Amino acid sequence: MQAKVKVQRYDPEKSAEITFQDYEVEVPNHFTVLDTLVKIREEVDPSLALRCSCRAAICGSCAMRVDDQARLACNTRLASVVEDGGEVKIEPMGNQNVVKDLVVDLKLFWDKVRDIEPYLQPDVVPEEEFIASNESMLNLLTPMGCIMCGACVSDCTALEVDKSFIGPAALAKTYRFVADPRDDKTDHRLGKMNSAGGVWDCTRCYMCVEVCPKGVAPMDRIMQMRDSLMESGVTNTSGARHVKSFEHSVSNSGWLDETMLAVDSWGKFNLPKLVGNLPLAFRVLRRGKFPLPAPFHHKVPGNKNIKRIFERISNAKH
Amino acid sequence: MKYAFYPGCVSKGGAPELYTSTMAIADKLGIELEEIVGASCTGAGVLQEKGLKLGDTLNARTFAMAERMGLTTILNICSTCQGVMAQANYRLLNDPEYLSEINKELEPEGLEYTGRVVIKHLAWVIVEEIGIDKLKSMVTNPLPALKVAPFYGCYILRPSWALGFNENPGREHYLEQIIEACGAEPVNFPGRTKCCGFPIMLINEKNSMQMVANHTTSAHEHGADAMVTPCPLCHLNLDGQQPKAASQMKEKISMPILHLPQMVGLAMGYSSKELGLSQHIVSTKSVLEKASIRT
Repeated sequence: MQAKVKVQRYDPEKSAEITFQDYEVEVPNHFTVLDTLVKIREEVDPSLALRCSCRAAICGSCAMRVDDQARLACNTRLASVVEDGGEVKIEPMGNQNVVKDLVVDLKLFWDKVRDIEPYLQPDVVPEEEFIASNESMLNLLTPMGCIMCGACVSDCTALEVDKSFIGPAALAKTYRFVADPRDDKTDHRLGKMNSAGGVWDCTRCYMCVEVCPKGVAPMDRIMQMRDSLMESGVTNTSGARHVKSFEHSVSNSGWLDETMLAVDSWGKFNLPKLVGNLPLAFRVLRRGKFPLPAPFHHKVPGNKNIKRIFERISNAKH
Repeated sequence: MKYAFYPGCVSKGGAPELYTSTMAIADKLGIELEEIVGASCTGAGVLQEKGLKLGDTLNARTFAMAERMGLTTILNICSTCQGVMAQANYRLLNDPEYLSEINKELEPEGLEYTGRVVIKHLAWVIVEEIGIDKLKSMVTNPLPALKVAPFYGCYILRPSWALGFNENPGREHYLEQIIEACGAEPVNFPGRTKCCGFPIMLINEKNSMQMVANHTTSAHEHGADAMVTPCPLCHLNLDGQQPKAASQMKEKISMPILHLPQMVGLAMGYSSKELGLSQHIVSTKSVLEKASIRT
């Protein structure tokens, strides 16, 4: 098959400019994006810089953006992203500084991971081996599958606007230890995740789930940690209040009371926040679309069935 | 074609113009919408933070109610409802033991979900069931002077395993097809598949407003006169919070945000009043002016 491969070029030793270079290639149909880039480097342009190693989706070195989505280049068939004769765009991973061409400085990634204390911390180290049952380790199978490729960090929409967010890779790694029966620092770890830049800053956009080549699903792990925090009674964050308010209005009326959700999440007595949002309230009122809060928020017919489901499933959980 | 209609919470609350415009165009589109009375919220991903079973049960109940109405396609008008319901349906259909466990919770109400429901957003119904050619034939007021940037909303694109992209790969570009069918020009811009920031609006307002500012200004920089979104939650943030985003960034932003049925309605000749276009926070006056231009 033939394709035009547009690759982002950047060489700080030559120029501060970022450009795109087009390479017209003809490659076998089974070629991966990595095969194609290596062929370009070996036969056309030896100056093209990229990272790669195992070519088998296990070392995590070759993550890059292919048509705006982070992927492992070795795990992506060229034919799956471009038709014969078509065009594909290759860029370095996002959210991190570019060193040269497709190579990024992974400092942000590694700093975030190191910050969460990514090592087992048992209170008592056994004399011989640590015995953990198969069942107790099942939860860890997918988070442990992380190959540290950085694809999730590249495409995280929260990190794009806020580099202080801990990020999906470090959060998934935290879950890996929180869920490990041999680790005794759960409260400490969850406590750290409960603060600014932690679990509550995730936008729930599913980007990390979509781009992870190993099924780690970092967002799902983040949600599991939110649940653990709420179950252990840690509810003094706007995030936890948000969930509680949502549960309360849907369980009582069948659907969401948007106004109370806002008030509860900010905090009923958080005067500065409430007053600060009066302009928004007026704008919405003037347009005739202020959602009426309880007690004017009507209940859907048959809502007692919804309440029963809430009660039964909450009870079963406890 | 008759559908079990699931309007979702926000089209009955903070974005009533979405409900109005949907009901206005349904007849001409040839779709009959019978609302699933008594259905609960899908959970919107928030209830799912407490574990999946609660949301899956509430959604299975909604699916069972649609089956009881004799209708097996649920039509929704919200990317978030689409994504959450599609994920729930995927789990229910792929684990018979789980489905039967959940059906036990529905027994007291005399409901049972037998797994026959399909969930489709209005955008999918327009392309897959009405057809782009049929839509084109209904366009009496094409919009050639309008450049529209589509903003999909996360849950109608991800996770792809729940959304049937293998069988229907075109779903990632339906909005562009509909924009073109309306005679307008679709605008590609970096934010089209990103997050609007709505889920963290009440939790981390600064980040949420930054997202609104980024996407509205980048749409503008790429030449868009307006954005269109199939998700009322995205609309609440991109439209409702646009003034706050502008003030946080200390810049002027004036990007009208259209609900999908409003854009389609304009192309079908409906009036601003019928489509609720005066209920937006960011004025849609410029859109209305451009909508009346014939080139």
